[in-house]
Amino acid sequence: MSNEPGGMGAGGEVGDAHLSLSADAGAPLAEKYLPGAGLDEPVLVDVTDVRPELADSALVDAIVAADRTVRTEVGEPLLRMEDVSVVFGGLTALDSVSFDIRRGEILGLIGPNGAGKTTAFNAMTGVYRPTKGLVRFDGQVLGKAKRNEITRLGIARTFQNIRLFNEMTALENVVVGTDARHRTSVPGALLRTRRHRQEERDAIDRSMAILEFVGVGARATEKARNLSYGEQRRLEIARALATEPKLLCLDEPAAGFNPAEKEALMDLIRHIRDDGYTVLLIEHDMRLVRGVTDRIVVLEFGKVIAEGSPEDVTADPKVIAAYLGVPDEELAEGDADAPA
Amino acid sequence: MSTTSTPAENGATNGATQRAGQGQAASPARPRPELPPAGQTPVSQRPHGGVGDRFRLWWDALARPAQWGVGVPFILLVALLPILNIPVLTTVGTNFGAVMAQFGMYALLAIGLNVVVGQAGLLDLGYVGFYAIGAYTLAIMTSPDSPWNVTQPEGWLSDDWAWLAILPVAVAITAMSGLVLGSPTLRLRGDYLAIVTLGFGEIVRLLADNLDEVTGGGQGLKSVAYPRLGVTEELPNGVFSAGNVGTTLSSGVWWFWLSLVFIIISLLLVGNLERSRVGRAWVAIREDEDAAEIMGVPTFKFKLWAFVIGASIGGVSGAIYAGQVQFVIPTNFNIINSVLFLCAVVLGGQGNKLGVILGAFIIVYLPNFFLGRTSLFGIPIDGNEIANYRYLFFGVALMVLMVFRPQGLIPVRQKLLTYGRELYVAARRALARVHDGAPPAAYATSAAASGPAGGGAGRTPATGTRPDGATDHDETTDGGTR
Repeated sequence: MSNEPGGMGAGGEVGDAHLSLSADAGAPLAEKYLPGAGLDEPVLVDVTDVRPELADSALVDAIVAADRTVRTEVGEPLLRMEDVSVVFGGLTALDSVSFDIRRGEILGLIGPNGAGKTTAFNAMTGVYRPTKGLVRFDGQVLGKAKRNEITRLGIARTFQNIRLFNEMTALENVVVGTDARHRTSVPGALLRTRRHRQEERDAIDRSMAILEFVGVGARATEKARNLSYGEQRRLEIARALATEPKLLCLDEPAAGFNPAEKEALMDLIRHIRDDGYTVLLIEHDMRLVRGVTDRIVVLEFGKVIAEGSPEDVTADPKVIAAYLGVPDEELAEGDADAPA
Repeated sequence: MSTTSTPAENGATNGATQRAGQGQAASPARPRPELPPAGQTPVSQRPHGGVGDRFRLWWDALARPAQWGVGVPFILLVALLPILNIPVLTTVGTNFGAVMAQFGMYALLAIGLNVVVGQAGLLDLGYVGFYAIGAYTLAIMTSPDSPWNVTQPEGWLSDDWAWLAILPVAVAITAMSGLVLGSPTLRLRGDYLAIVTLGFGEIVRLLADNLDEVTGGGQGLKSVAYPRLGVTEELPNGVFSAGNVGTTLSSGVWWFWLSLVFIIISLLLVGNLERSRVGRAWVAIREDEDAAEIMGVPTFKFKLWAFVIGASIGGVSGAIYAGQVQFVIPTNFNIINSVLFLCAVVLGGQGNKLGVILGAFIIVYLPNFFLGRTSLFGIPIDGNEIANYRYLFFGVALMVLMVFRPQGLIPVRQKLLTYGRELYVAARRALARVHDGAPPAAYATSAAASGPAGGGAGRTPATGTRPDGATDHDETTDGGTR
């Protein structure tokens, strides 16, 4: 990698305020820029001290792996957007959008700002109801399902602007995700029935494994708001994974990341897919999208303008014109060669 | 690449091609943050912070039996307070037992209101309504003035057991009223909910005032049932009767003990809820309701449960109140009481069960402490006047508190998990080690941790390609060489 993190931060001379805010940055520097911030050092706990079995990464993968019956075969469409339109007043945010997300793939959804990526996302997760068209998920139409029911059906998401439960510890955040699958409710908890206790124990075991899986296991007992930015992003993914989704939707998970963090995130996303999940990825960073996705759907002005493999899509002239842009030298050549 | 293969195959091929294509160093997918330099632990997390922190550390480190060993004598001590009648603590103007009985009721109310306000974050300004419904249910069913009296001689229920028998009915009806109030209003949020609940509190009081035939209107209902226990020749109506004005064991003391039993029961039950899916759902709703719902929390259902549980506990308190004073009138359920209950919760520390009990104690005890006192530590004061201005002082106290300690006297540190305690113990141990300046011995640091981690601490991250793309735990261990 060209700009290696060690080089950037040599001797702790990181100029970026955001970087020095991160709990991992050198403390003296943070103190220099932000009085008192140097005290924000993380408390780390070696999870394997408490749960030695979590040292076995194959076991961690097995615990985290989705253990749900999915009707769709691998490679078949898990989620279908069928002619979906979303209209806000006079604004058509999505205009007859149709595409599939196939089970077992990482689908990238890209497009310029305001193209309708997040709207498409919200139409899938029940935040908005499509004005027209259907969203079909694993053989079911997501018509009037409530948001929490859609999560139970198997769609989990992260947020573009991090929305963790800040006063809860990282572990508790993830356990909230596992609660989506709990079957006991108030009576079971009041009387501490056997099933309730079993579910509580299982929830913590699974949550610890998930935290370890995404790489924030060492911060399990820390309040979410005390985690560094990158850790918070990972924790959001962990919380979404805890709901045992069939489809994991990541809304700009790499926003604000440096290249090294993006690299690590790509590995994590691939790892999640290899563990049996289907992933939908909204992202602006083309290098990341190209590096990690199996297919890409490109939106512009609420319409799908291209769909296909990363290679095909990035070579598509329409996509280049709308989103990727043309390098200056090529543009100059193009002007010379042919009229636009 | 279109995906028609199994995920595993997919990963292998994808991983290989992508890595080859980019020719970049892959970092393990499971980065671990750096160890902090020794001695830079935040003050708030240092094991030797304030008195409260130190107490908490000590308490958390105790094993369960030891916690009981400390807790039971403490509860006994509190229970014996009105009998010991310590000169500094006792009240001059009123019977100390009666003050403690009132404290018991307020503590129950604070526990119930804390579920709604402190845990689920739903601002309820009409909580006095549930208190009134509990009290009036008991009064309507047991007072001879009421047309629906079920006690003897008109009814079938023996006077001796009427209070205990009607208590579950009172709780059920209050819970139901919580459901009735909650189902339409809990779709509202924040200020709107507060206004609607405020209206509910007033509606209940106005109904009590105007349904003359049933509630006795402004005259109220007299001779409400109470437990007839310990009947002797001196006390023909038993120890719970208002006629028991004994100096050491007045009726107030007995009512205080009774409410203590209910306080302990509700603390255990509410504690069970807090350390479960339900408590986590409440805190998640308080933190970010939309995010909670998208994470699969049935938010409306759990908000309704919070209302119903809070209402039930308020109903118990109301029933105790009606039994103790044997007389209910609408003016005792003014909206100002709601504010006072809320004051107890905020003062003590929203979300902290023990904190709100302390808040209730302060609210009840302080005005009564000054009542009838003419001097304090030798300084002449007009205690009655001070007691009269109690709302002013509580207002000032709240403002001061909001400036200097907005989280309340005993801030919340909720335990939302039943299990996994060993993890928190390990964290504390790690913290202590860091604090002492010795990094944990065998801590595996990751090769290329997330982002600037390596750089900031002056370490060069090892960049090694992992051909398998796997993410194991046996990363290079160089924890000790920093």
